[in-house]
Amino acid sequence: MSIYAPDKVWWKPIDREEKIWFVLAIIWMLVSFFFMPLWHVIGKQNQSDESYRVTTDQYAELAGKFRDKYVVKDEKGEEVTINGVAVVHPPPGGDAYIVARMWSWQPILELEKGKTYRVHISSVDLQHGFSLYPLNINFMAIPGQDYVITMTPTSSGEFSILCNEYCGLGHHTMVGKMIVKD
Amino acid sequence: MSEQKFRTCTITGLKVHGPAESLIKANIITAVIFIAIGGIAALLVALTRWPAVHLLPAHWFYRILTAHGLDMLIVWIIFFEIGALYLGGAVLLNARLAAPRVGWLAYILMLGGAVLTNIMVLSGTSDVLFTSYPPLMAHPLYYLGIILFAVGALIGVLLFFATLYKARKEGVYTHASFPLVTFGFIAAGMIAIYTLVHGAGIFIPTLLWSMGLMNMNPSAYRLVFWALGHSTQQINVAAMISVWYLLGTLTVGMKPINEKLCRTAFVLYILIISVASEHHLLVDPVFSNAHKIWNTGYIVHLAVLGSMIHALAVPAGIEVALRKKGYTNGLFEWLKKAPWGNPGFSAMAFSIFIFGFLAGISGVVFGSEAVNITAHNTWRITGHFHATVVGGTTLAFMGVTYYILPIVFNRQIIAKNWASLQPWLFGIGLILLSGGMMSAGVYGVPRRHWDIVSFGGSPFAFTWDPTVYMWMTVMGIGALTAVAGGVLYVWITLGTAWKGKPVA
Repeated sequence: MSIYAPDKVWWKPIDREEKIWFVLAIIWMLVSFFFMPLWHVIGKQNQSDESYRVTTDQYAELAGKFRDKYVVKDEKGEEVTINGVAVVHPPPGGDAYIVARMWSWQPILELEKGKTYRVHISSVDLQHGFSLYPLNINFMAIPGQDYVITMTPTSSGEFSILCNEYCGLGHHTMVGKMIVKD
Repeated sequence: MSEQKFRTCTITGLKVHGPAESLIKANIITAVIFIAIGGIAALLVALTRWPAVHLLPAHWFYRILTAHGLDMLIVWIIFFEIGALYLGGAVLLNARLAAPRVGWLAYILMLGGAVLTNIMVLSGTSDVLFTSYPPLMAHPLYYLGIILFAVGALIGVLLFFATLYKARKEGVYTHASFPLVTFGFIAAGMIAIYTLVHGAGIFIPTLLWSMGLMNMNPSAYRLVFWALGHSTQQINVAAMISVWYLLGTLTVGMKPINEKLCRTAFVLYILIISVASEHHLLVDPVFSNAHKIWNTGYIVHLAVLGSMIHALAVPAGIEVALRKKGYTNGLFEWLKKAPWGNPGFSAMAFSIFIFGFLAGISGVVFGSEAVNITAHNTWRITGHFHATVVGGTTLAFMGVTYYILPIVFNRQIIAKNWASLQPWLFGIGLILLSGGMMSAGVYGVPRRHWDIVSFGGSPFAFTWDPTVYMWMTVMGIGALTAVAGGVLYVWITLGTAWKGKPVA
């Protein structure tokens, strides 16, 4: 009985049923073990390994330079914005910066389908959660860390970015956008 | 120690130490009061997240959600666990509690800390949610409350170990090995010590930071915080499984099939499980992939192996016990004829089912490095941990309450029929709640979010796949059912403690 003193000698051999179960559990675990590194070889969607320590000021400066250089302009030479947020077209193969700030994602990146980008994600105030809808891809945006995600969009259209880490009373209003063109 | 301080329990024949009895009563009753507070918060939170109702305004939603997380994850569960440790340390060994006064000191610190933190949250100065990630800052007294609570809990755990030591030294307990349930509680206690030390390790610097005395690195905070935040859940796992063995014995006379294997599984928890905390950081910058895979894959699977061992040992032990009672026809007569009307048994059965199938498996899946990208901070996570902590631990604790009331409080359960119904309501409610959350989370519905319909009027608002609303309704119905079960539990427990007839 589990609540009374055990037998004098309880270090006894394990019987057949429990042995079978134990071996099955180990096999399941080994499969699960090996799939994690294996997925980095055969999987198409994986974690990024690249991040840098920055100050929030440095990150804001980098992102600001990026925005000014690649912001999309219309024929009159005026900046194109959606709901007041600038649309920026980064060069394929190049770096793109997303700034998380209470309570917006800036700017709106305009990417090209099938091209590869180094997308930087960081926050300049509190911790935020980068969540891309409808793909359901999630990364943390943490102040002081520049998180570099290398991504190649495989489908075109408009995607929403929402914040899924609590960041103050306006947290639920923190929605942004990302555009992928054919 | 004087002999008259002991009373012999007429059900189990155990000798109950008077001062231990008072302390267990105080801790359990306080736990139940906090589950009532946390339960009211749960109802308000669920009714706000259910889009059809959307009850609270935004600032009250986040405030109540902060209180809900703290009161349930920390206050209710740890108060109950301290009560359970005194039970497993003193009562099960027929021993005295080593130092009751120290136990009361621990109790006062915990209660003071819990009340202080609740006041700070409800005053509106500390809307930081359970995780209080810097640079989001709460009032310094909020952190102080948590520190006081953690110190009190640490003292309680040390008192448990002192009780075991005294029982051995004074010749009260002479067997070389402790009973399995006590052994499981020892595992929980050891995990509790390093967990609570991590708690001090993160909340003392955070307190100083909130007073402007030092800097705080948000990434470093996350690392150390989760050594507290997740490892406390491992105290719960070890305590819950000990309670399964306890309830198995009390309800159907179960014996562990192989003590060696069960005990080894607990040892795996002690050694491995703290590393598991890092799966909260799977989509964080800073850590390399190799590090993430090592900590949350290779190492953590050894702890999962411990759970897999219990996953066979507990149900198999129950089956063997019931077959010995003569229910041997076919494969499942034992299951059909099991005492489903006994709330201790049904609570244990639901707890095993929900923890095993909904919570454990989802945890292993979401905790694997590649899958976590699609699960982190979505409602899948909230669904997972409601299955572990509520459907698993809380339900097991509810079940054992129906035995603690007669054994320790010396009272007969009032409203036995309602008590029989209680675990069913709570268990089915939790299955719907967790299932609804996890399913909506598959579409990316975020956790901790006040308004997924119009995003508080954001111009970038978008429309979800309509399936999401169906799952959110399932969540809402599950929440109401579980709350009904929770109300029954609080009423029966407090009513029995207050007005139940004496057992003998």
